[in-house]
Amino acid sequence: MTPEAKHLEVILDTHVESVNLAEEMCLRVAEAVGFSEDECYRIGMSVREGVINAFHYGNQEKPDKKIHLALDLTQEKMIIHVMDEGKGFRLADVPDPLAEENLLSTSGRGIFLMKAFMDEFDVVAGRTGGAEIIMSKKIPAPGSASGNGNHGKSNSDAAPQQEA
Amino acid sequence: MPALFMTCREVGAVTIVDLSGKISLGEGSALLRKTIRDLIESGQTKILLNLGDINYIDSSGIGELVSGFTAVRNRNGELKLLNLTKKVHDLLQITKLFTVFDVYTDEGTAVRSYL
Repeated sequence: MTPEAKHLEVILDTHVESVNLAEEMCLRVAEAVGFSEDECYRIGMSVREGVINAFHYGNQEKPDKKIHLALDLTQEKMIIHVMDEGKGFRLADVPDPLAEENLLSTSGRGIFLMKAFMDEFDVVAGRTGGAEIIMSKKIPAPGSASGNGNHGKSNSDAAPQQEA
Repeated sequence: MPALFMTCREVGAVTIVDLSGKISLGEGSALLRKTIRDLIESGQTKILLNLGDINYIDSSGIGELVSGFTAVRNRNGELKLLNLTKKVHDLLQITKLFTVFDVYTDEGTAVRSYL
């Protein structure tokens, strides 16, 4: 970590309200760092999905387990860690929500959204015994146009709305 | 304060549900699920969700839209979407659900599509 790097860590209850709390906390940091409104939305959504994953799949909504949220700010990027106390999972085992057979699935899109909205994304074995989601977003240079919300991997902005 | 507000109105045989706020994990998703379930139970299977004032939806909310779509279809009905905001439009686009739902920008056209 560089001397300028900052670290923030909170332990959250396995509760629905923790999802909103984590999102709000990271949104405030992202805004303070200088991300655009669109990028803040994508970061907030990714944190939300990461904590939902920890709450529902990792900790299986068990109130005796905790969700560990950590945030590292370097000069280059904002790095977010979400750890649960579950059994862990392998990214390769997560079904593709875009596969024809999964399109009508009512769940399983959180990982996909985090991968789409962040610059880097990975899942590793966490020190808490469960899964650790690590995702990052490059911090825009001061005064640059890089905070214009076009960093996501989605190319949907150019798509016209379909009329059935 | 509730995250999601909904009101239902009838236009011909179509039930239009006007939604505003957030469809997300917790209260918002649960309320949408209950509303669609109640409509189906009361025999309403031509359902148009007006999402024009929905400013946020997460994966849980997306799942609830898909669940409603499937539940209505299983009763030989149709659940369609009206007036997507850019954020909702983009989410449905990248999740490929735009190819699943019938999506409209004009209420009259949407209502006539059920005939």
